[in-house]
Amino acid sequence: MAAARASTRPPRVGDSPSVRRALIGVVLVVGALFILAPLVVIFVQAFSQGFGVFAATLAHPDTRHAILLTVLTAALAVPVNTAFGIAAAWAITKFDFRGKRFLLVVIEVPFSVSPIVAGVAYLFVYGLQGLFGPALEAADVKILFALPGIVLASMFVTAPFVARELIPLMQAQGRDLEEAATSLGASGWRTFWSVTLPNIRWALLYGVVLCNARVMGEFGAVSVVSGNIRGQTNTLPLHIELLYHDYQTVGAFAAASVLTVLAVFTIVAKALLERQGAGRARRPSLAGPAAKPAGGKA
Amino acid sequence: MKIRLDNVVKTFETFRAVHGVSLDIDSGQLVALLGPSGSGKTTILRMIAGLEYADGGRIFFGDIDATAIPVRDRGVGFVFQNYALFPHMTVGENIAFGMKVSKVRRSREAMAARVGELLDQVRLSGLADRFPSQISGGQRQRVALARALAVDPKVLLLDEPFGALDANVRRELRRWLREFHDQLGITTIFVTHDQEEALDLADRVVILNEGRIVQQGTPEEVCRRPDSAFVMRFLGDAHRLVGKVTGGVAKVAGGTVNVDGPQAGEVEILVRPGDVRWGEGDIPASVIRIIDRPDGRRLLARLDDGSDVEIDTPPETAVASGDRGTVRVMRAQVFPLRN
Repeated sequence: MAAARASTRPPRVGDSPSVRRALIGVVLVVGALFILAPLVVIFVQAFSQGFGVFAATLAHPDTRHAILLTVLTAALAVPVNTAFGIAAAWAITKFDFRGKRFLLVVIEVPFSVSPIVAGVAYLFVYGLQGLFGPALEAADVKILFALPGIVLASMFVTAPFVARELIPLMQAQGRDLEEAATSLGASGWRTFWSVTLPNIRWALLYGVVLCNARVMGEFGAVSVVSGNIRGQTNTLPLHIELLYHDYQTVGAFAAASVLTVLAVFTIVAKALLERQGAGRARRPSLAGPAAKPAGGKA
Repeated sequence: MKIRLDNVVKTFETFRAVHGVSLDIDSGQLVALLGPSGSGKTTILRMIAGLEYADGGRIFFGDIDATAIPVRDRGVGFVFQNYALFPHMTVGENIAFGMKVSKVRRSREAMAARVGELLDQVRLSGLADRFPSQISGGQRQRVALARALAVDPKVLLLDEPFGALDANVRRELRRWLREFHDQLGITTIFVTHDQEEALDLADRVVILNEGRIVQQGTPEEVCRRPDSAFVMRFLGDAHRLVGKVTGGVAKVAGGTVNVDGPQAGEVEILVRPGDVRWGEGDIPASVIRIIDRPDGRRLLARLDDGSDVEIDTPPETAVASGDRGTVRVMRAQVFPLRN
């Protein structure tokens, strides 16, 4: 077989056209069947009874409230998790201390714990019969079945996203740049703003985008702590489920389409960011570690 | 600025990197800290910079005890091994960084003028708008140097300054750095594991091993009077023979080596390839390999007691692998044998 194609050698080892076509084909078919088709169905169903019904569903106060609540939750949870992620990544990559590995594991816990478990745990911590329940009630602070609970649960689920993006990059960059800035007289803040942040910004934005996507879509944890009160503590994912169980198929799909549009925005933003990060030949190597000298000619 | 280290100690987690090092560096000197990896040389440099704190001992800059002064206020210029240039800033921005963050306010024009002046000094004028990834390794090194000098440091510290460059660039930059140092007259300390680099560049060489200073002096002193077998071997190719000295003559592998000095009894004799002659003397040996080099032939010879020596001979020397003959040791360093 190789002899038959001797004249048209593959450009690289392992890059034979048949393998390439087969792999691309498999990915395309699977992608279309399992990822693209369901997305299309959402929009087809949402508009199945015309644009009027679609618009009316979205204009319903409960739906509008759910959208607002979701956006508000993201607006609160994402900045907090961003700050947390930067702090965690900084601590882990720039300092040596006991329990560093343990901290790394702790940060990743939300990835492995089912969100619903997180929700139930919050119930036991902040609920009426929970750890802080009586104290909270005495102080008249309402956490569960209210916005604070929803934000807290969302934060728990999405805590690792920013840190996970930053840690490998910051590890690769090492401490040299910060040490250089400090030896030149820069303060800690100055070093962070002028040296560290510019070198991690694409990874940071990428982490923020992912975190945002996950906060907006979070269902399990939020469904436990929010109490599902229509028009009050129903986020968009919860609202979709509610509509679906009420046999309001068009409404469910219309709401789902909004969530999908938000997600697609996020993905487009992410793609643009990646392009920015990779394609900036004039301001290079921002996505990767500090350029190592390639042994050049003086 | 005169630098003085007084019994400085540094321990990392489990192993002690620096054991009580004391060192005096005169103002304006160019000093090399030379040692194999793990000898503590970089740790010492980082402690002088303030990038690491000493666990014990003190560091003086002139008469000021600088031991506890943080790196930010210590006024040192540090050139990192991989230069640590800020990749998102241009060459000009890199050099101006120290001035921008300084507590001393400078006008934009003054900073631009200083950047231009430094670029001229390191012979990189015209590259101010390039990014570090767009210039060569040697150019990056000079940018790092200009950046460190921009804040008028009291002392310049360089960590393996030529480590990341290829051999030709390295030699050229070495000579340039020496001239540059002579113009500026700033106290400079650099770390290297390359003895040739240290001897070529430095006024004084401090040789370290396992966290201790084993010898220091001018290149001439450490080359001519190494005070241990370690220094002798570390500074260049050397082979070890074992013999017994009586009355200024050592008996070695069926022949003799003249040694001066008071040693007697069992000794180790270290010889350099250039100090051994083929076809002379009275030590029997056979050639086991011949290495041809641009400036001569090097013979690998085995003595009858199984020890090996290398011999530098002129390129036209007629010899073949397997030849039997004799060798004479013209010059040797003799140390009492330790078991």
